[in-house]
Amino acid sequence: MVRAVVVGVGNDYRGDDAAGLEVARRLGGLENGGDPAQLIDFWAGAELAVVVDAAHAHDPPGTIRRHEGLDLPARCQASTHGLSLADAVELGRALGRLPRRLVVYTVEGADFGIGRPMSPEVRASVDEVVRAVGRDLRLADPR
Amino acid sequence: MTHKTIRVGGLTRVEGEGALLVRARAGRITDLQLRIYEPPRFFEALLRGRDFTEPPDITARICGICPVAYQMSACQALEAICGVTVDGPLRDLRLLLYFGEWIESHTLHIYLLHAPDFLGYPSGIAMARDHRPVVERGLALKKAGNELVAAVGGRAIHPVNVRLGGFYRAPTRADLAPVAERLRRARDLALETVSWVAGFDFPPVEHDYRFLALTHPGEYAILSGTPAVSDGTRFPVEDWPAHVVEEQVPHSTALHARLDGSPGYLTGALARYALNSARLSPLAREAAASAGLGPVCRNPYRSIVVRAVEVVHACDEAVRIIDGYTEPDAPAVPVTPRAGVGHGASEAPRGTLYHRYRVDDAGRIAETDIVPPTAQNQARIEEDLRALLEPRLDLPVARLTELSEQAVRNHDPCISCSAHFLDLRLDHG
Repeated sequence: MVRAVVVGVGNDYRGDDAAGLEVARRLGGLENGGDPAQLIDFWAGAELAVVVDAAHAHDPPGTIRRHEGLDLPARCQASTHGLSLADAVELGRALGRLPRRLVVYTVEGADFGIGRPMSPEVRASVDEVVRAVGRDLRLADPR
Repeated sequence: MTHKTIRVGGLTRVEGEGALLVRARAGRITDLQLRIYEPPRFFEALLRGRDFTEPPDITARICGICPVAYQMSACQALEAICGVTVDGPLRDLRLLLYFGEWIESHTLHIYLLHAPDFLGYPSGIAMARDHRPVVERGLALKKAGNELVAAVGGRAIHPVNVRLGGFYRAPTRADLAPVAERLRRARDLALETVSWVAGFDFPPVEHDYRFLALTHPGEYAILSGTPAVSDGTRFPVEDWPAHVVEEQVPHSTALHARLDGSPGYLTGALARYALNSARLSPLAREAAASAGLGPVCRNPYRSIVVRAVEVVHACDEAVRIIDGYTEPDAPAVPVTPRAGVGHGASEAPRGTLYHRYRVDDAGRIAETDIVPPTAQNQARIEEDLRALLEPRLDLPVARLTELSEQAVRNHDPCISCSAHFLDLRLDHG
């Protein structure tokens, strides 16, 4: 059994939507462009899955929220990439393919424009999420 | 006179962003506008001044579901400028990569997006709760596509192994042998998929489509070919700009394409099948016949059957190619830049994808033109919607929205070339 996976969800060409992918790359994790079937393959059977995605929930840009559990809050329902993270969890649930523990970090984006760079607030939050996910991984596997 | 504007939420299983506006007076539709969002314009600007080797990687990012299509059309356009032809085992590898993408993309559309329309579910997730083994089968089939793309392309999405002239590294026969084993099993799942979808109830609708697809003398065209139209017109890909003209329409950021002066032609699975069904692999032809498809299918709802048949073809041909694969002497042929204009077209899962580049003396991109399939189909999808909605304007808006969503999904609009949140606004006079 895989102990822990880190997955970033997003699109590099849509401004702050790149946040999750950037975190995944910094941690040697997996990147997902919004294909829910691939997402449930990534996390099926894992002890811990940490998923990082951008959010559009009218919080101040860069706001980081951490959620643990298999019932996702409303900010995970929207997506620029087809089916949302919440959809992937529901599909995984229907098929019996969920990780034992799911931790979701969302970073509030300011600009999802095509071809826009990540905004400075989001860039700063990416650094912080990388550290936070590192702590989650160490706690899950303290060897 | 009363006007009412009604907004309803989300074309949930077509991915992207968009809206549908319908205006009706006295039972007739006076205006129907499908707004879709289209990123290629941005990419055309982004590429200006870049090195001639970069478009395959950069344009692959346009679409999360069909990166290989963008890579292949871009490579062929740029290789044409440089006077390079990629053939033999390197062309076989490109075919394998493309078949992998077809399997992934078609299976996702069939199982999670399109089938729920026929089985009465609001989403693939709701369908999975009641039909778990069926959806498991779909995901296993899709996974065989992912593995094929990963084996040739380096990873399952946004393949990184593609370059002008071929690949950075060519897989060995030993690399591909386990993939072929999985594809043999996938081929059985694909045949089961054809039988499954063939049993759906399809609305008895036929449209007099004008089809456009690539054709190839020896293949069911996917990687390359000559553009052909169902009225008998054929033209070399270099003449594309003389035949297909894009124009700005006020209601959309996407350009609308006209073919030889008229709008409203169709590219995609139905078009490929109509023009090329005789070139499907024998097994895929047999599957099509047993599913009751004639040589041409004009019912857009039955496109799900055609896609399923194309998945059989993709699995079958991929197995055949891997069995006969010989490793190339070099993973790529050398490509040196020269100034000029080049054209490339291939069959993305959702239709013909055309690229044109102009490269300057320094090997930099001076101009790019990308014509994606969804932009070509937009006017025709509007015609489908008009025919669907006009006799049904008295139905509740929620029902009209549902029917409209299904009519759009029939044509599998691209993940980033079309609609994620489609608002239907119906204006009654």
